[in-house]
Amino acid sequence: MKAKVYVTLKKGVLDPQGKAIHHAAETIGYNSINGVRQGKYFEIDINTTADLAHVQNEVERFAKEVLSNPVIEDYRVELDQL
Amino acid sequence: MKFGVVIFPGSNCDHDTYHVVSKVIGQPVQFIWHRSTSLDDCDVVILPGGFSYGDYLRCGAIARFSPVMQAIKEFAARGGFVLGICNGFQILCESGLLPGVLLRNKDLRFICDFVSLRVEDNSSAFVGQYNKHQIIQLPIAHAEGNYFCTNDELTELERENRIVFRYCSEEGLVSSQFNPNGSISSIAGILNKEKNVLGIMPHPERISEDLLGGTDGRKLFSSLSLHIAGLEKLR
Repeated sequence: MKAKVYVTLKKGVLDPQGKAIHHAAETIGYNSINGVRQGKYFEIDINTTADLAHVQNEVERFAKEVLSNPVIEDYRVELDQL
Repeated sequence: MKFGVVIFPGSNCDHDTYHVVSKVIGQPVQFIWHRSTSLDDCDVVILPGGFSYGDYLRCGAIARFSPVMQAIKEFAARGGFVLGICNGFQILCESGLLPGVLLRNKDLRFICDFVSLRVEDNSSAFVGQYNKHQIIQLPIAHAEGNYFCTNDELTELERENRIVFRYCSEEGLVSSQFNPNGSISSIAGILNKEKNVLGIMPHPERISEDLLGGTDGRKLFSSLSLHIAGLEKLR
């Protein structure tokens, strides 16, 4: 099993990296792109014998405590059962 | 009285800080390894500048989980003095010992420069030797020094006089023009509620001797040393 965690900047938090990427896109001529916000994506290997509810709970906690900083970031967890 | 300087993998201002405490201020100081679970009998613990754990994930995010940080949290809760410089400030924010977070500089560049700071409040143990509204010049060297917190936290910091340093012009004018990294409210250094934990983005340890171009940073260390000497007399 795999867990996927997406960490994104909260609304209203300035994202200079996203802005720089957006600016580059405009410069090269991608004229339909209105704005870019940069985030992080994590792929996590999960012990297959673990109980699903337990895994969901643990990955949520991991995303909240370690992978994101709640002051500036939100997170979303997806479980992928292969 | 004893100072401790923590070494994380990737700390690179640890020896400078040790040097200033031992040779310039003339106080006993020891290094504390990041795996240590005890701070011995230190009165002050300094988290030095650098790139702890390669700045992986977020600056200070991994250092927060090292064994020594648990000891430092307990130490701070008991009223021990904790000073975080640059990466140390980032670690204190990630650990929740200080509110907010340090984001990428607004222009995305690593800035290595001299800046002017205004001492906004000199009532805490860390800065007692400075005058209120004194203008000092300190070096900065960071890519993530753009302090950010919620509006509620900012109001609280202001109301409780916990903003210790703001970036300013040489004359002491605080404005976005003299804010090198985009920090909210031009913040360069803040205290926790109990005023025993200070985080500062510039590097006082690099400007504590005439030989190195100035002594404006020295009083950060001497203020603490005098404060603790005062406490020891009372004991």
